[in-house]
Amino acid sequence: MNTPKKDDYERAIDENLKKVFEQTLEEGIPDRFQDLLSQLKQQDRNQGSAK
Amino acid sequence: MSNADPRDELIEHLPAMRAFAISLTRNSAVADDMVQDTVVKAWTNIDKFEKGSNMRAWLFTILRNTYYSNRRKARREVSDVDGVFTESLAEKPAHDGHMQMADFRRALGQLKDEQREALLLVGASGFSYEEAAQMCGVAVGTIKSRTNRARAQLAEILGHNENEAMEMTDDATMSVLSASKVASF
Repeated sequence: MNTPKKDDYERAIDENLKKVFEQTLEEGIPDRFQDLLSQLKQQDRNQGSAK
Repeated sequence: MSNADPRDELIEHLPAMRAFAISLTRNSAVADDMVQDTVVKAWTNIDKFEKGSNMRAWLFTILRNTYYSNRRKARREVSDVDGVFTESLAEKPAHDGHMQMADFRRALGQLKDEQREALLLVGASGFSYEEAAQMCGVAVGTIKSRTNRARAQLAEILGHNENEAMEMTDDATMSVLSASKVASF
């Protein structure tokens, strides 16, 4: 059904999509998220096992 | 093992959440705020997470709900301030015969949110059509047709860049040149 050209495009599209994603993944996580998780943990600890 | 706090797993999913958020919003500052909201929501609602189920799918569901409710609130905001998808907005795309990343990002930015989202979930994040359908609250067939349409549209935009540069001057170029407006739909 698909012409070979279209298949090539779809493969290229998926490869590019993954590249776009990987580029962001490689940036790692900004420190704010580590801080946020520590804060949330601390909050829970302060509340004891209230929740 | 079964007593492990699922919240300890959150951090493993952060890079993927962030990549998805950046792809959706095309703005890393907005994306990071969105991921932060999602982490807080997930943390405080962890009792609603079904242990043993797919945590990434659960987190992505919260993330996209956050995105769509923010989008409703801020329809008028320009979403591409740092040009994640539309670098060198004012320039026309290069036509050197290859699918360049910048062209690709630009083309991706031209898709409708729903199409881009489906493609990102299935094509880049590795979810099945079924998982993506559940996350988006639509039928599996809808996800399939959204991804197909997204791929076809990308191929068309990029194909035009490559082969029919001269004919690209109207719709596609206009939407590239006004991508920030398009992005706020």
